[in-house]
Amino acid sequence: MIAETGLAALWLAASLSLLQLVLGFVPAISKSGSGPIRAVAVLQGVLTLFSFAMLLLVFATTDLSVSLVAENSHSAKPWLYKIAGTWGNHEGSMLLWVTVLGVSGAALAIFSRRLEERTFIAALAAQGALALGFFIFLLFASNPFARLNPPAFEGRGLNPILQDPGLAFHPPTLYLGYVGLSVAFSLAVGALITGKVDRELARAMRPWVLGAWIFLTLGITAGSYWAYYDLGWGGWWFWDPVENASLMPWLAATALLHSLNVLAARDSLRAWTVMLAMIAFSMSMVGTFLVRSGVLTSVHAFAVDPKRGVFLLILLAFYVGAALLLFALRSGKLSEGPEFELLSREAALVGNNLLLSVILGVVFIGTLYPLFVEALTGAKLSVGAPYFNAVVGPIALALMALITIGPLLNWRQDSGERLKRLAIPALLGVTAFVVLLIAVPQDGLLAKLGFGFAVALFPASLLPLLGRKLRRTPLTTYAMVLAHFGVATAVAGMSISSLTTSETLIAAKPGEIVSVGRWSIRFDSIRPVVGPNWTALEATLYATRGGAIETLKPQARFYTDPPTETTQSAILTTLNGQLYTVVGQQVGDRWQLRLWWKPMVTLIWLGGFLIAIGGALALIGRAWRGWRRGSVR
Amino acid sequence: MIAKPKHQRLVLVAIALVAMLAAVLLAMWGLRDRAAYFYTPADVVAGKAQPGQSIRLGGMVQKGSVQRLADGVTVRFVLTDGAAKVPVVFRGIVPDLFREGSGAIAEGSLESGGTFDATNILAKHDERYMPPQMGNQAAEHQTAKTVDR
Repeated sequence: MIAETGLAALWLAASLSLLQLVLGFVPAISKSGSGPIRAVAVLQGVLTLFSFAMLLLVFATTDLSVSLVAENSHSAKPWLYKIAGTWGNHEGSMLLWVTVLGVSGAALAIFSRRLEERTFIAALAAQGALALGFFIFLLFASNPFARLNPPAFEGRGLNPILQDPGLAFHPPTLYLGYVGLSVAFSLAVGALITGKVDRELARAMRPWVLGAWIFLTLGITAGSYWAYYDLGWGGWWFWDPVENASLMPWLAATALLHSLNVLAARDSLRAWTVMLAMIAFSMSMVGTFLVRSGVLTSVHAFAVDPKRGVFLLILLAFYVGAALLLFALRSGKLSEGPEFELLSREAALVGNNLLLSVILGVVFIGTLYPLFVEALTGAKLSVGAPYFNAVVGPIALALMALITIGPLLNWRQDSGERLKRLAIPALLGVTAFVVLLIAVPQDGLLAKLGFGFAVALFPASLLPLLGRKLRRTPLTTYAMVLAHFGVATAVAGMSISSLTTSETLIAAKPGEIVSVGRWSIRFDSIRPVVGPNWTALEATLYATRGGAIETLKPQARFYTDPPTETTQSAILTTLNGQLYTVVGQQVGDRWQLRLWWKPMVTLIWLGGFLIAIGGALALIGRAWRGWRRGSVR
Repeated sequence: MIAKPKHQRLVLVAIALVAMLAAVLLAMWGLRDRAAYFYTPADVVAGKAQPGQSIRLGGMVQKGSVQRLADGVTVRFVLTDGAAKVPVVFRGIVPDLFREGSGAIAEGSLESGGTFDATNILAKHDERYMPPQMGNQAAEHQTAKTVDR
């Protein structure tokens, strides 16, 4: 019954999304205000959420008469993975996607009060149109509630790589970011229809973009750490197409966030901001297509069904095409905002937007190029780190330079007086670069430059606070400072860890002592251990670099349902880096050990986290200001 | 750049177009020699891949061909597609799903002697993961793990 209730709720929600679309285009309704369409949007969101709750329930109770559960779950799984397993498969994760879409629409209907009414109605209609397409996809090509008759005796289990606490956190976070951007898309569409692209629109859109961007940042950071410790490869970013699929919306959202500030503060960059808002969610849809269509091979691509790929491609082409058409038809009517000079905050932010767009462009091309080549010529190829590092790296450095300069400039025009304050940071950066150039002989020019820029940005990011009364400085300024400081932190971590990581790969007997970096590690023993649904061989390593002796226990795990072997790394985090250990296969009486000492690698994720906190501060700061303004009135 | 509004918009549009063009050119430059093509052992034996060029080589791990060297972490094996054979050498921990008689993809480059020097091995995934690559013969564990140096 639970599954049928869930399916019925889904059908109802789908019909409501159609009604939402229609209500937006019936002029008579617009006259009676936004009340009806608001109610429909809220109801639609609630029903979708209800449907998702039903799927959670089916997974929690391991109802093996539901084919999705039988194929992806198992009664002997720990409860956390039973719940999180709900979105550890194609249908469930698409339902989560649509749930976030519906709930975002409902939230827009409830909380957005400041926008001009006609624009708002058009935006809700656009949100309904988006939801409708994905509801159709769910109901006709990815029904999560399909029954299995007769029920399975036992489920097939969840891919062990996904059986990790990361699964509970990473996909929902990323989806909140991905799909939260749909609101920006809908608001942009609404504003284009009514022609009201102004500061009010920017202020209405900003919290949604900020919220989505915070979740995207957290999701990417968490995903990177998850891949780092779970795969046992010691890398934190592989330029995997699926990673790129989350990076592209983030790049667009970051650009949008900055151009929204220009629109809100100065009423400039109208057409461009609207375009970016549409691109950002389009990138989310491209990402969904890449991950869910099965055209890519990865741990994220659960199963291949060509029908789904074609369906998603049609949806994508339809929405992106419609948005671009609307933009082409309407953007010419937008009047121009006030002008600004070449040396001004606006110009720096335009530069930021252009560089981010160029990075987005090269990532987009690099990610899709193999698909195009294969479709056209049948040749198979892969585009990986060598391409992305070489092409993205230099542009990212230019962006770092701009982050250093931009916040010191005034709106509209600037004399460049405050740029003199950059002398000391610049000197520090150059010194750091030169020291690395001498001290680290192997190549890695990009990483060395990156570290130089990061060292300059650390103090430079604090400069906007210089000479201000700290208690009277708005929270949003602190937010910017913190986020930019986070960028410096992450880039410093990336550069140092890639330049100075040491690695040891060896086959050792128990009792042997192995060294990596300044660590000396005693391989004590290896013995079998048993977990809830796995068995493992666990090595015991004692590591020291003069001080205390630390214990690490990497495992080689064997899961039974489905039968799979995985490596479970053991990581020791210290103040200045991480010791990363993996145990491999048995070779005679020896065991393969792979050990890394990765200095400063933790800064990468700390930086990502600081960036997200910066976003949260900005959100709180805006809300606080809005609330105060409201209460003064 | 004190310009009339209309003028400024034109300048901005022009800058945006130049930036997009730059992205495309940059991407094309990067892809020219940094995309790793996928080859079969028959392609390699026929001389289609240049030594030193970064490529992916996919095939079946020939039965009885896997041998470990004395250091315990270097493995030699032969990749075959039925028509041709290429010897592969790899230093590292092979993936959990790497077995004789199963599909595998080796990333790396050809040495001048004809041996394939692999920097990474991707092994066949279980039956739930059937990617288009290699005509469902083998799947990747995850796409490229490339150490950036």
